[in-house]
Amino acid sequence: MSNFKEMLAAHNISRRSFLKYCSALGAMMAVPAAMTPRIAAALESDNRPPVIWLEFQSCTGDTMSMLLANRPSVGELILDHISLDYHETVMAAAGDQAEASKYATMEKYKGQYICIVEGSIPVGADGAFCTTAGKSAIDIMKHVGGNAGVIIAVGSCSSYGGLPAAYPNPTGAVGVSDLLPGKTVINLPGCPMNVDNLTGTIVHYLTFGSAPAMDRFGRPKFAYGKRIHDNCERRGHFDAGQYVENWGDSGHREGWCLYKMGCKGPASFHNCPTLRWNEGLSWPVMAGHGCVGCSEPGFFDTMMPMYGRLPNVPGFGVESSALRIGGTIVGASAAVFATHGAVTLARNWKQVREAKEETREITKETTDAEE
Amino acid sequence: MANKIVVDPVTRIEGHLRIEATIENGVITDAWSSATMFRGVETILKNRDPRDAWYYTQRFCGVCTTVHSLASIRAVENALNIQIPFNAEMIRNVIMGIQNVQDHMIHFYHLHALDWVDVVSALSADPKKTAALQQSISPWKYSSEKYFQGIQNRVGAFVSTGKLGPFTNGYWGHPAMKLPPEANLMAVAHYLEALHVQKEIIKIQAILGSKNPHPQTFLVGGMSIPVDPNSQNAINADKIAQIRQYIAMAREFVEQVYIPDVLAVAPFYLEWAGIGGGHRNYLSVGDFPEGRRGYPDDFWMPAGVIMDGDLSNVMPVDQQKITEYVTHSWYEYSGGDGVGKHPYEGETNWKYTGPKPPYDFLDTDNKYSWVKAPRYDDKPMEVGPLSRMLVAYALGHKEVTDTVNLVLGKLGVGPEVLFSTLGRTAARAVETLIMINKMSDWLDALVANMKTGDYAIHNNEKWDPSTWPSNARGFGFHEAPRGALGHWVIIENRNIKNYQAVVPTTWNASPRDPAGVRGQYEESLIGTPIADPERPLEILRTMHSFDPCMACAVHLYDEGGNLVSKAKIL
Repeated sequence: MSNFKEMLAAHNISRRSFLKYCSALGAMMAVPAAMTPRIAAALESDNRPPVIWLEFQSCTGDTMSMLLANRPSVGELILDHISLDYHETVMAAAGDQAEASKYATMEKYKGQYICIVEGSIPVGADGAFCTTAGKSAIDIMKHVGGNAGVIIAVGSCSSYGGLPAAYPNPTGAVGVSDLLPGKTVINLPGCPMNVDNLTGTIVHYLTFGSAPAMDRFGRPKFAYGKRIHDNCERRGHFDAGQYVENWGDSGHREGWCLYKMGCKGPASFHNCPTLRWNEGLSWPVMAGHGCVGCSEPGFFDTMMPMYGRLPNVPGFGVESSALRIGGTIVGASAAVFATHGAVTLARNWKQVREAKEETREITKETTDAEE
Repeated sequence: MANKIVVDPVTRIEGHLRIEATIENGVITDAWSSATMFRGVETILKNRDPRDAWYYTQRFCGVCTTVHSLASIRAVENALNIQIPFNAEMIRNVIMGIQNVQDHMIHFYHLHALDWVDVVSALSADPKKTAALQQSISPWKYSSEKYFQGIQNRVGAFVSTGKLGPFTNGYWGHPAMKLPPEANLMAVAHYLEALHVQKEIIKIQAILGSKNPHPQTFLVGGMSIPVDPNSQNAINADKIAQIRQYIAMAREFVEQVYIPDVLAVAPFYLEWAGIGGGHRNYLSVGDFPEGRRGYPDDFWMPAGVIMDGDLSNVMPVDQQKITEYVTHSWYEYSGGDGVGKHPYEGETNWKYTGPKPPYDFLDTDNKYSWVKAPRYDDKPMEVGPLSRMLVAYALGHKEVTDTVNLVLGKLGVGPEVLFSTLGRTAARAVETLIMINKMSDWLDALVANMKTGDYAIHNNEKWDPSTWPSNARGFGFHEAPRGALGHWVIIENRNIKNYQAVVPTTWNASPRDPAGVRGQYEESLIGTPIADPERPLEILRTMHSFDPCMACAVHLYDEGGNLVSKAKIL
């Protein structure tokens, strides 16, 4: 690749020092010295996929999560694994220079680049609730997303509308797949998303060349395939009927079950209990606070109030009732989204309540029938 | 002839900020600051459980990820007259402290540094001279020639791919870049080191609060992390030892890298001590309660107001003097848009009247931002580390005075240089240093209290909403990394009737008021030299010195009725 050699020369980097770097890299990766030419070839071919990261109605929490990446670290991610060509929070360029960078990547890698989206897209007020460089989030999303190879929605807002779409959804906020129904969108909900699930998804895409298998809400099964309750470290206390009754009581200090304090773990699908956060250090239940169900569609409406107990659960846990808890609330969340869609949901909080009531009725009937 | 330029997006900030400015003879003569994103979270909060509000408001911002939870629970605790246990107060201080340190560190190295550091120039540095430079400014462990050669090789290989990723179209070779190649190489190394350190030290929040970003540990009435030295599911000796380790790590980096870097870089950019001062009005609401009386008493960081740069006169804060205008914001007031309203009397009614997107320019003669225009005693104010440091310095706060004098002495300048872009950046560094040195005190206080057998982390008396009065209202304040923050809540029949927030970036990013007086961002840009209007790097320098946080700043204020202040301070 003569172009590469020219660039090395332009920056006073000798072939010798470049190969030295490659062998150091090889040592770091614990591969034999004979591999150095191969590493050099891989670097020279430089097939890092270009990434455009868009931010709309976000709090930047998913970006902050990305900065905590550890396998690979964010430094390695940016320097060695992807080419993060556009990301407003971290990029050096601003204004016209930033825009130019985005368009250059779109043109050169049309249909190939990865588009990562953070934050919901407001469709109200002709798009004036969120603009960048004078253009609406709607237009930017359609333009950049429409020409991407794959779209990854990070966090609950870009996945399903999230906080801005909570009742009464003042700005008409929607998730990416609502705006681009035909495109493949990998949803990584969570508030924020856990960065290990993002690096896992990227590595999967690079390794296998396709999106991972997803559930009906567009979530990769490798990260959202299991109910939190089923993998919870406090499950034994639930089964034994040992519950926290008050914050700071002896049960709380001893790590008993948080179900009575409003934990939504039985209704939530996410790998928090096994993956945990901040390099496996902790997760909400481990630190004494219940799960909020942040990976579920519409959770700002369907999982609240935060300290309210999941409905229709007998006080003392047995296997069948635990399963029923999950079925019930997942049912409510799914029913609302399947029937009414995110936008309708957000505009009709009443419908959420009705759906919850309906589900409650159905569960009651089921329970009665079982009994 | 005046030439109007636009910077949109302003990058390396939180959220969506747009600057329009006119330039004459290479100098900015006028400027307009516009926030271009709106969510309406306060409207979403209506009719919800006030105990849940912290979870929603926490998502105002994921960068300063703890600050709105804290202001929210303080507001509800104020409304319901709840005193929290001492353990919870100290845990809150430690969480706030590390938030401040990590936030400032990320700001300096990852949001602000690329305004001053030329990454590409680092490739022509002599690693040997870089090592000598590093060794001359601190005893930092990564200082060998071999180390800097490695960094240079890595950056060189990266640049050579021609795919610069986030460094594409940066301001490399810009005439306003002044650092020698060796300093640039050192700074690039620290950029990468800081990426690692910030990730490590914020683990304190995971230990105390389950995760970061968005720790899930706040409770109206206390905290949800249990305290018990004899339990493996609570804060015990092991967890305290882990926290101490991360504090030590942060302290080492701040003392040996961050502060020496600021002192090493500043002399090359001393002209920025005369640029970007703006109105020179400063507000701090005070924070970090240390005593047994709890919040809002016995603050470590003092409250005060300074007007027109007069450090000889620090006035007490009176929250009744806060008003907000919507003359140039996309909202409407029932009594007309020319009148300011106290947040308690604020109104809904957002109405976009700007150009339909896509647009080239905003209608800056009329309404042009989603941010309102807050005023204190009818004056625009600056909030943030510079305000806190100036108030504390003027009041003779020992740690602040000593550290500020040390920095000024090393640079050979007087305190007047603090009213500037460079002063803002230096004040943030000073605050990081005294904060990281302070954090152990709060941890020690927690440990000392645990020794007495007090394991309380929550006051349960008012947890059950049936114990609440049918009507209650209150507010909570916090000195967030970016400055003075206030939340107001009105509770009716156990639900939120009204919720409001006035946040740091609302103050700083304010548009004009009815008298045409500019907000602090706008005023600070006046007189800034622009070497190349096509690449207005200088605008970024002053904007970044404030550390903008736009998602926080844009809020919707609801009708609140006429309320009487209940808080003990302000």
